[in-house]
Amino acid sequence: MRAFTYTQATDASAALHAALQNPEAKYIGGGTNLVDLMREEVERPNEVIDINALPFSQIEVLPDGGVRLGALARNSHTANHPLVRQRYPVLAQAMLSAASPQLRNLATNAGNLLQRTRCYYFYDTTAPCNKRQPGSGCAAIHGVNRIHAILGTSEQCIATHPSDMAVALAALEAVVQVQGANGTRRIAMEEFHRLPGDHPEQDTTLGRDELITSIDLPALPSTANSLYFKVRERPSFAFALVSVAAVLELEGEQIKNVRLALGGVAHKPWRARTAEEALLGKPATAENFRQAAEAELQTAIAYEHNAFKIELAKRTIVRALLTLAERQLLA
Amino acid sequence: MRTKEVGRPLDRVDGRLKVTGQARYTAEFPVEQVAYGVLVRSTIARGRILAYGTKAAEQTPGVLAVLTHENAPKRHPTKEFDPSDKEPSASPTTILVLNTDEVSWHGQPLVVVIAETLDQAEEAASLVRITYAPAEELAKLSMLDQKTEAFVPKKVLNEKPEVTQGNAEEALAAAPVKIDHTYTTPPYNHNPIEAHNTLAYWEGDDQLTVYDSTQYIFGVRKMLSEMFALKEENVRVVSAFVGGAFGSKGRAWPHVGLTAMAAKVVGRPVKIDLPRKDMFYMVGGRTPSEQRVALGADAEGKLQAVVHTGLTASSTSNTFAEHFSFVTRHLYASPNFLIQQKLVRLDMVPNTFMRAPGEGIGTFALESAMDELAYALNMDPIELRLRNEPEKDPTMHVPFSSRHLKECFALGAEKFGWHQRNPQPRGRREGPWLIGQGTASAFYPANKRSAEVKVKLSIDGTALLQSATHEMGTGTATVQAQNAADQLGLSVEKVRFEYGDSLLPKANGSYGSTTTITVGGAVELACEDLKRQLLRLAVKHPSSVLHEANYDDLEARDNGLFYKDNPTRGETYAVILAREGKENLEAQASFPPFLKEKLEEMAYSFQSFGAQFCEVRVHEETGEVLVSRWVGVYDCGTILNDKTARSQFLGSVTMGIGMALWEETHWDLRDGRIPNASLSEYHVPVAAGLPRIEVYSLGIPDPHTPLGAHGAGEIAVTGAAAAIANAVYHATGKRIRDLPITPDKLL
Ligand SMILES: Cc1cc2nc3c(=O)[nH]c(=O)nc-3n(C[C@H](O)[C@H](O)[C@H](O)COP(=O)(O)OP(=O)(O)OC[C@H]3O[C@@H](n4cnc5c(N)ncnc54)[C@H](O)[C@@H]3O)c2cc1C
Ligand code: SF4
Repeated sequence: MRAFTYTQATDASAALHAALQNPEAKYIGGGTNLVDLMREEVERPNEVIDINALPFSQIEVLPDGGVRLGALARNSHTANHPLVRQRYPVLAQAMLSAASPQLRNLATNAGNLLQRTRCYYFYDTTAPCNKRQPGSGCAAIHGVNRIHAILGTSEQCIATHPSDMAVALAALEAVVQVQGANGTRRIAMEEFHRLPGDHPEQDTTLGRDELITSIDLPALPSTANSLYFKVRERPSFAFALVSVAAVLELEGEQIKNVRLALGGVAHKPWRARTAEEALLGKPATAENFRQAAEAELQTAIAYEHNAFKIELAKRTIVRALLTLAERQLLA
Repeated sequence: MRTKEVGRPLDRVDGRLKVTGQARYTAEFPVEQVAYGVLVRSTIARGRILAYGTKAAEQTPGVLAVLTHENAPKRHPTKEFDPSDKEPSASPTTILVLNTDEVSWHGQPLVVVIAETLDQAEEAASLVRITYAPAEELAKLSMLDQKTEAFVPKKVLNEKPEVTQGNAEEALAAAPVKIDHTYTTPPYNHNPIEAHNTLAYWEGDDQLTVYDSTQYIFGVRKMLSEMFALKEENVRVVSAFVGGAFGSKGRAWPHVGLTAMAAKVVGRPVKIDLPRKDMFYMVGGRTPSEQRVALGADAEGKLQAVVHTGLTASSTSNTFAEHFSFVTRHLYASPNFLIQQKLVRLDMVPNTFMRAPGEGIGTFALESAMDELAYALNMDPIELRLRNEPEKDPTMHVPFSSRHLKECFALGAEKFGWHQRNPQPRGRREGPWLIGQGTASAFYPANKRSAEVKVKLSIDGTALLQSATHEMGTGTATVQAQNAADQLGLSVEKVRFEYGDSLLPKANGSYGSTTTITVGGAVELACEDLKRQLLRLAVKHPSSVLHEANYDDLEARDNGLFYKDNPTRGETYAVILAREGKENLEAQASFPPFLKEKLEEMAYSFQSFGAQFCEVRVHEETGEVLVSRWVGVYDCGTILNDKTARSQFLGSVTMGIGMALWEETHWDLRDGRIPNASLSEYHVPVAAGLPRIEVYSLGIPDPHTPLGAHGAGEIAVTGAAAAIANAVYHATGKRIRDLPITPDKLL
């Protein structure tokens, strides 16, 4: 591991100042991703700025009825918080499906959004990788790409974003609150992560020195039901092959409101707008769900080892929506 | 002999040390002035090194040396591990990395960077650049692509690569009911929780001490003595506690010799702890396999033809053909057999033993095929197996020393509730979950190796056992203390076992589930020798109550020798020793006693058996598989300690489930890279994926082995993957013949 200096920031402006001073510095939250990457020599900061003392750990109700999740609140605390469990089951389920209890006890909410891809080649500094080293090529596109993306890929990168939490946040239309040298700004979840395009080295639209202070969740209609389904190769401590975050509200048998986001399929949490549009106002039937899923995955592209994800994504969408619909029709 | 300690579920004697962090593993031995080594891996699978860029590394603060083949001291070639040698070397290969410019696999260590601290060594290693001349011929990385070059190796372990009896293909063609399929298993890698670590230092030019995480101390010693042209007794190898081995630590991988070499160059102790990624590249794993099993039966289900042939891979620098076909040589009766193993050579790290080598993958093919045949016959799969019970070993044509497979199935079926099962596939569901049940035979040989044990009895009533065997978490120290306690009539707290050091009496490697019988046999013999010596001392004295005793009249009990027919008549060891003015008495014995062993070995077929039962839930839409129940019944002789044996069974079933559902090493066929070389992406079993595992052992002693015991370390891996695949078929109607059973295969 490259030698680095350790700076402890006591408030946001000190942290921002330190980051502005040193373009090679990195913030550290729980460190469960950053330290891993430093050990593998993928990230090589010469300074880490510890932001754990910053006052961003609260979980509280917002005036508009939404809920604010502090950037530094731990994943386990967030997932188990009554406000989250009761109002946003999809988020609690997504977060509890991730990693392991030990990791969740350390991992912060902001760190979770900013965790980097698990693409094998990104993690191996001896392999070409445009995300790690722009211009070096993509080892995955003709390599072992079982865990890679099927939607929104580019010639430069076919990696997925690994976070479960972010998929739920996409379905919930969360807003990321950010503080930078020039003040604060809000980034809608859908704008926060990027597709790879020609710049796979950029995972998000966050500025290099910007700090995430919180993640705000808008209120959900009280009649909406939500859930998170994660299909993985091992029942815990494994990333999603495909996951679905779904929010559904029915009026009789008609779909009044639906939100769908997919994980494990793209460089960002994939908001399934096409499927949502296809479903609005339609009866909640298995055929309609399947048709919407087909429509959403129309543009999917398979690589050598991940073609199964296309069918798997469709089936998981249908299963998630059917489960929610059955629950509401039974209620 | 009365059994007192043997069989008791005694807590591990080292349990407290382990859970309080006081047990010292290789990497933890405090050595003054230790320097750290880090290895740089090759990034091509085949070719030659053209040049090294080591300047930046050499100039990194704290760096003591950067070794390449250009400046590394020459070492001597070592013999590859050969199971037919009496005392094989632990070398996995004949290649001496860093003494050649040739690259033989992706990940081969090419450079050693030695620095004051680990971080400095890692940083410097990341700055090394290597240029290669790729080989003219493309690297060979795919076993299936190399099929045309497959050959029949001279030997498979110590046995013939082929067994033919009658004419199996003809009998198969003529059989009224038959199945004929190909089964494949992927490469697997070792992931014991303790990575491979080595710490070495020299005293003078010819005294080498090595702390090493090994399950074969004397094999490491032999390899190092060959490599550095030292007398064997000038090499000391210490391996106090081993944090799991499972076969990986039966070989001394290249870092072991490199650590000793580095220590010589820098003139101080050097430690190399392999990072997890290097574990995938520098420690061999399990070969992939492709196996054909064809079974032909008459209408009653009696096997008429058994064909088990196939292919495994070894590297270009080793010769180990994993013995997948051994199980078929002993499990079922048939007049006609065709068994054959072929091998291809790939540009990969030398492959090696992995828990239940051979039988682990062989039972997947054979026991899946038996299930397929049972369906073809419309017969209960247990009934099919019972109808094919052989009277004698079907290919060795000698009796089994002990065989109780039927009893395993009977008990297992009862515990599991097998006979309530509706054999129809897709017969049970709960919502989207399809539920199925499967069974399979377990099979593993009951081998022995050699060991010497010294026992020293002291006047204070304590006994010290010494043998350079290994404690890998299996419970050896505990069960052998129990064994000696019974042999000597002491309570187990009075027995201490010293192991893990080549200064102690010689023992063979602890693999192949052989340690319990082997060391147990030596303990028994050493204790007998000791008791005979004690009796000889007593007999000399007319005043002794033992003056007229014969050895066979006596038993060891209550810290002494007493008449069997008169429990109060006898003498304690303290009395016998005090009369002679002795503080203690020693005896040493080797197992096996050579001649007797050879005769028994030829007269019987020594095998362990078992029956595996499981229930799975398969998500009809997503293909996820959960194992929801497990019952295993094993026939491996006397159980020395219920607790440690149970742990072995639980661990084995767990590894079997991992092999069936999760584990798989991916190879990038372009350059031999292992993309999932991490614990995050190579999926070892996790607790959340395991059901309640019920295990039973029959506990029927084998009349022809020491203590009536067999090893218990590997049997419960075997058959596990087949039981799961069979249950998946029962649940879904889909037969998966290609491990692991991942969701995509069931979509
Ligand atoms: C073996 C393993 C399995 C896992 N499995 C899963 C899984 O199944 N699903 C899943 O979703 N996740 C999984 N994870 C990932 C885990 O969720 C992340 O590692 C964790 O959420 C990261 O949070 P952290 O606080 O530790 O981040 P850190 O490692 O501290 O930081 C990550 C990044 O975020 C930046 N950062 C942190 N806080 C801020 C802030 N406030 N403002 C700006 N930048 C910031 C850091 O500079 C760094 O670049 C797994 C991790 C491991 C190691
Ligand atoms: S997919 Fe992206 S992250 Fe993976 S190797 Fe290609 S460029 Fe790198």
